[in-house]
Amino acid sequence: MSELMDELVLDGNAAAGALAEIYGDDMTTVLAECASCGQVDPIGGLVAFVHAPGIVLRCTACATVVIRIVQTPKRTLVDVQGKRIPAPPTTT
Amino acid sequence: MPEKFVTRGFVGRREPAGTQTKRIPPGQHLVKDFPVLSAGPTPRTDLAKWTFRIEGLVKEPVSWGWNEFQKLPAQDFVKDISCVTKWTKLDTRWRGVSVDILLEQVELDRRAAFVTAFSDGGYTTNIPLPELVNGQAFVAYGYDGKPLAPEHGGPARLVVPHLYFWKSAKWVRGLRLMDRDVAGFWESLGYNNHGDPWKEERYTGD
Amino acid sequence: MKRTLEWQIATVSRIKPETAEVRTLTLALPDWTAHRPGQHYDVRLTADDGYAAQRSYSVASEPERTGEIDITVERVPNGEVSPFLLDTVVVGDRFEVRGPIGGYFVWDESVGGPILLVAGGSGVVPLMAMLRHRAATRVKTPARLLYSARTYEQIIYGPELDMLASQDGFKVSYTLTRQQPPGWKGYGRRIDDAMLAEVRKPLGLEVVAYVCGPTALVEVAADGLERIGLSADRIRTERFGPSGT
Repeated sequence: MSELMDELVLDGNAAAGALAEIYGDDMTTVLAECASCGQVDPIGGLVAFVHAPGIVLRCTACATVVIRIVQTPKRTLVDVQGKRIPAPPTTT
Repeated sequence: MPEKFVTRGFVGRREPAGTQTKRIPPGQHLVKDFPVLSAGPTPRTDLAKWTFRIEGLVKEPVSWGWNEFQKLPAQDFVKDISCVTKWTKLDTRWRGVSVDILLEQVELDRRAAFVTAFSDGGYTTNIPLPELVNGQAFVAYGYDGKPLAPEHGGPARLVVPHLYFWKSAKWVRGLRLMDRDVAGFWESLGYNNHGDPWKEERYTGD
Repeated sequence: MKRTLEWQIATVSRIKPETAEVRTLTLALPDWTAHRPGQHYDVRLTADDGYAAQRSYSVASEPERTGEIDITVERVPNGEVSPFLLDTVVVGDRFEVRGPIGGYFVWDESVGGPILLVAGGSGVVPLMAMLRHRAATRVKTPARLLYSARTYEQIIYGPELDMLASQDGFKVSYTLTRQQPPGWKGYGRRIDDAMLAEVRKPLGLEVVAYVCGPTALVEVAADGLERIGLSADRIRTERFGPSGT
């Protein structure tokens, strides 16, 4: 059964569409620094959990949350917890 | 929003509701399998180190080890569950300990009004205390006659069947009683604070 | 150049079976933009009651082919979108897509090489876009592909890969992990460090590696490439798996 869970883990590339929608630009090559352990990874290389009410991108070293994204029918919300990542543009 | 473009022939993997329509909340569809949703890696907790704790606004916090927890009076529960990602599963069969039994072991401070359930891996969710008592919620460690599998929240998860299933925290390790409502992992990013499927309380403002 | 990512309506213009459980759809796009090899498109299918499902598919074709893209779809057992794309869709059908998306798992001349590509199953798809682009532009970047499939019948793009391998500077190695045909000369085991070292050797150590496949294979291959001497910043990975809710 753990194999099943492994299959559910993707990487930050899987969130590229949602992030491009928020930032208006590709974000997968942007470097993100984990606020907990300092690991630096391109956003496209982060560990992604997409089978959830939102998308959660986590540090490859310690699994701390780096970015969370929730898409509702009306808007897309993003919470950036990692360092170095540009602040998301404020949506109207 | 632009008009939806309907794809010819696409229905999705959904079960027909049949005669069960009255049991399916609005906007939900029936599933027969048990989808696995997770916001993080599946923790593998050593049962020898597992504890369940009630803390916060109680006179004395209480903590049970795995074996002690198994000795608490358990019950079987058959419940319908609804996930905010729009699936509903009927007649799920659980075994666990009612939150009422757990709260009998502590003396609540009279200011206690809200609960944060906390889990291995850092997940949290918030529920008003009155919605966890009187048989409305339990901590489950069995599912369908077997130990609860890790991908479904084992060794133990909170189950609050009358709310969307993100409130039923997987890998739960305790309840924190508080005098104020603190938004949890999804509630702090656009998901509804309450989450009643029958009122379709999916997102903030619904 | 910034470009807002908009949904557009693709029309299926050709369908090509690849293996028993894989087929390629050619999609004509009204608002086509050249992609970078390795990028993907999001596909959104909507039922008449508004229920929608969204998935990402890598572009299989090279950007030199204008106005259309190929996506190659493998059946996910009990999946929701792949069975529809494999069993229901016919030429002329239309659905929503948006892209191209992603800038991390891409290769073109600006990245350089030599390139070492490692694929597991349908993880070969974005790597195929890189190889087709390499062939179409006649760049001489040395390239190797190590492709792991369960059986010979499950190899996607086999004839085309063999044809490309007859040209300069590119070689393909297969490993069949479950069953090998009689007289099979390729590898017959799961990817390991020794296999990676053999395939990497003719390219030198200054290679750029792209690994795409199921998570377990990606981790084994990416860790193995580091163990055989590649630096982590020259290894790019993409995990394939059922996505969406």
